Amino acid sequence: MNIVDRRLNPKGRSHTNRQRFVRLVRENIKEAVVRSIKERALGDVDSKEVVNIPRQRIQEPRFHHSARGGSREHVHPGNKEFVAGDTLPKPEGGSAGGRSHEGSPEGEDEDDFRFTLSRDEYLDILFEELELPDLVKTYLKETTAYQVTRAGFASSGSPRNLNLVRTMRHSLARRISLRRPTPEELAIVAGHIAELEGRASRTELDEKRLAELRIVHAQLDRRIKRIAFIDPVDLRFNRFEPTPRPNARAVMFCLMDVSGSMSEYMKDLAKRFFLLLHLFLSRKYEHVDIVFIRHTSEAKEVDEETFFRSTETGGTVVSSALAEMKRIVEERYPINAWNIYAAQASDGDNYPSDSETCTRILRDDLLPLCQYFAYIEVVDEREAGMFRSEGNASLLWRDYKVVADIHPNFTMKRVFSKSDIFPVFHQLFAKTQKVA
Amino acid sequence: MPERSAIAGSRPSGALLFETGEWNFDTLKRTFDAIQEIAIGELGLDPYPVQVEMISSEQMLDAYSSIGMPVFYHHWSFGKRFTRDEKMYRKGYTGLAYEIVINSDPCICYVMEENTMTMQALVMAHAAFGHNHFFKNNYLFKEWTDAEGILDYLNFAKAYVARCEEQHGIAAVERILDAAHALMDHAVNRYGRRPRLSLANEKKRAEERLEHQRKTYNDLWRTLPKSKRESAAKHENDHARRKLGLPEENLLYFIEKFSPSLKDWERELVRIVRNIAQYFYPQKQTKMMNEGCATYVHYRIMNRLYDLGKIGEGSMLEFLASQANVVFQPEFDDRRYSGINPYALGFEMMRDIERIVLSPTDEDRAYIPEIAGTGDVMGTLKEVWANFRDDACIAQYLSPTLIRKMRLFKLTDRTEAPHYLVDAIHDERGYDRVRRALARQYDPGVRDPNVQVTDVDLRGTRRLVLSHNLHNDVPLSEEEARAVLAYVADLWGYEVELLGIAGDDSTRYRYEASPRSS
Repeated sequence: MNIVDRRLNPKGRSHTNRQRFVRLVRENIKEAVVRSIKERALGDVDSKEVVNIPRQRIQEPRFHHSARGGSREHVHPGNKEFVAGDTLPKPEGGSAGGRSHEGSPEGEDEDDFRFTLSRDEYLDILFEELELPDLVKTYLKETTAYQVTRAGFASSGSPRNLNLVRTMRHSLARRISLRRPTPEELAIVAGHIAELEGRASRTELDEKRLAELRIVHAQLDRRIKRIAFIDPVDLRFNRFEPTPRPNARAVMFCLMDVSGSMSEYMKDLAKRFFLLLHLFLSRKYEHVDIVFIRHTSEAKEVDEETFFRSTETGGTVVSSALAEMKRIVEERYPINAWNIYAAQASDGDNYPSDSETCTRILRDDLLPLCQYFAYIEVVDEREAGMFRSEGNASLLWRDYKVVADIHPNFTMKRVFSKSDIFPVFHQLFAKTQKVA
Repeated sequence: MPERSAIAGSRPSGALLFETGEWNFDTLKRTFDAIQEIAIGELGLDPYPVQVEMISSEQMLDAYSSIGMPVFYHHWSFGKRFTRDEKMYRKGYTGLAYEIVINSDPCICYVMEENTMTMQALVMAHAAFGHNHFFKNNYLFKEWTDAEGILDYLNFAKAYVARCEEQHGIAAVERILDAAHALMDHAVNRYGRRPRLSLANEKKRAEERLEHQRKTYNDLWRTLPKSKRESAAKHENDHARRKLGLPEENLLYFIEKFSPSLKDWERELVRIVRNIAQYFYPQKQTKMMNEGCATYVHYRIMNRLYDLGKIGEGSMLEFLASQANVVFQPEFDDRRYSGINPYALGFEMMRDIERIVLSPTDEDRAYIPEIAGTGDVMGTLKEVWANFRDDACIAQYLSPTLIRKMRLFKLTDRTEAPHYLVDAIHDERGYDRVRRALARQYDPGVRDPNVQVTDVDLRGTRRLVLSHNLHNDVPLSEEEARAVLAYVADLWGYEVELLGIAGDDSTRYRYEASPRSS
């Protein structure tokens, strides 16, 4: 018999099959992901998402006998008191308790199929929804970023990394120092022997010399055999070391208008936008803080729950949020220790008199501090058709436009649907690419 | 069989094969050799050569999902199974099987690294010798499976499916595989192939027919008027149907050969599914015996190892605890009851046959005279393992003693009756009826719905007609039957219908399906 250790064989043989299964039930998964976007915290991509799939979708039907109708006989174990001829009442609903094996061969068909998405599967669906380019998807999905850098040589490693030049250099040095005969030397001696052997008649001296040469030849030969051409001690491998990319801390400010004019749909769009920005940032920085500031006519820092859930009534003074952000930056996030990002979502309503203040705070105070400031103006689905053109843009939009033209780290975009969100990041991403 | 001696002191104090639960390849090898000595030397088993493969629990999960085979083509249904098994396992609802054994030559036996050395020994005795012997010797496996070729075939199948996916797209391949999987239970010729007509036989038959005509010639027949056209068409149609070999119970075979719409590569996919279904066909019919055989073999071997002083008392206790779990049979009113445990019934039957062979009672002599008191336990058992399948084995060897021990009773459920009827119990009048009923319960002809191709309209609509012959008036489960029928229509490419034919030839139900666009 034969014992084979297969434990080191690649795992995840079922990965392909699982992927296919996931593809098949994509619709249901999408639902679950969309639901989770609403419920999850921004920074939370690692918690598991449970997906419910109705039985019919993934049924594998076979011809089976029905559990009802007709007459049937069954043998059961464990009779205690029955005698032949006894009758038992049928339970309500037809089939008896002891019959459960008749229903389905797998026993699980009765319930919906539930399973948990992995982090990657979750992100895949999320990204697909946002229509991210593939390159971006892989960039965001990597968990830790390492850069592989050369780090000298090592005496062990994988054959792929074998450094031939170094190895041969060591081999040569060893061969010289151990005086391993070269093939040429051996050939010379062999030549002499052949020459002597070839002579028709040999003198006694020749015979003696021949014997000596043979001994020398044998010695050389033995030496060659004993001293390897390449010995394991000669091997040198290129060594690589993963070095983590330089990481720093970043803080992300989420500013949102929560006055009554922001509908649920608009907030949902805004949340996706914030979510994506957070993903980008958490890829680039080891530590990302999120600060939520919401505003009506006055601004307040709140927790995430309040930020997305509750609605306030009141007017809209955008500058109040900007002022609040400025205050928090000065208080908690010194610019030399933190990279500051800001994302603002609004429907564009603002008090006309506030415009001046807004642009001033942005231009003078915030933009010099920020790595990047993104403004998205969310437009209600129903109004999207009417207001697509720039001419219909809001007051705030026109004010910001002036700032955007001067400052490269300010981006603005009107968002009508989910697929509009990513282009906002394009500029940011192009920039980080250059930096990295 | 020699009962395990209760007094430890009476055992020879030989060197233990292993002392702790930890295993290594050395102890594995040593233990395997000791087991082999008993299995082949003492029990006289005749297995294939064995290859033991050590895998991790994750690999075991992987193996589960593709029906335990080491290589298999890709399909979403395996992903579904994997997803489910993984969840059940991670949450601790189920443990993993201790082993998977593959009916191949050499016999591949997967064992898991998490198991203790005692369990490894048990598993090797169970799978590498018990199942292995059964695979090699049972007539069904000999007739239906090709142990030497299976791994090559699976490799071929995997590569072929992958190539089709590359050429035609995953969706197109899945369309065929989904449909073919739905018919997997109807992919074998249960009753063997019809003998193929040979030219010589055909000639002989034609001559006989001529001779018959000559002998029975009567000029009067010529004077009868006949409706020429109709009979000619009918004759032609009958002839064509005969050529198709209707009725045909092997639905996948029929579709593979005669579907008017399948492309060549699609036909080959259907064929792959059909061949794999055929390979697994014997396992379904011999589940009880196969497990009984393996459980009996490992029970004997473990006890023998203990008697020889090769395993310690701790190991023996661990083994006995596991054995008790494996052959546990909950009673019908137990919450855990879900039918008869094949391990329990199988093991009990093998032990019972052993008892009948060695020390039969008068009752045994009356009921099962052919083996009672013959004295050759292994000889008898090997005969049984080689020549029976579950239903036949029960019909032949379920003794009154065992019926009493398990307290089996037969329950009848008739639609029209308001009650279940206890038909027979473990008494003099009941033995035969319980035995027959239990055997029928394992009879694939009764257990699986009898669905056949009965008609094809070859000249017009190409409509395919399947018939389900109701047994005891039990219908098909409608929702599923319709879903399967839709798949049949996809494969056939034209309309299909399914008729439910009752015992009195009346049609109980009729489902129809048209092909969905591909």
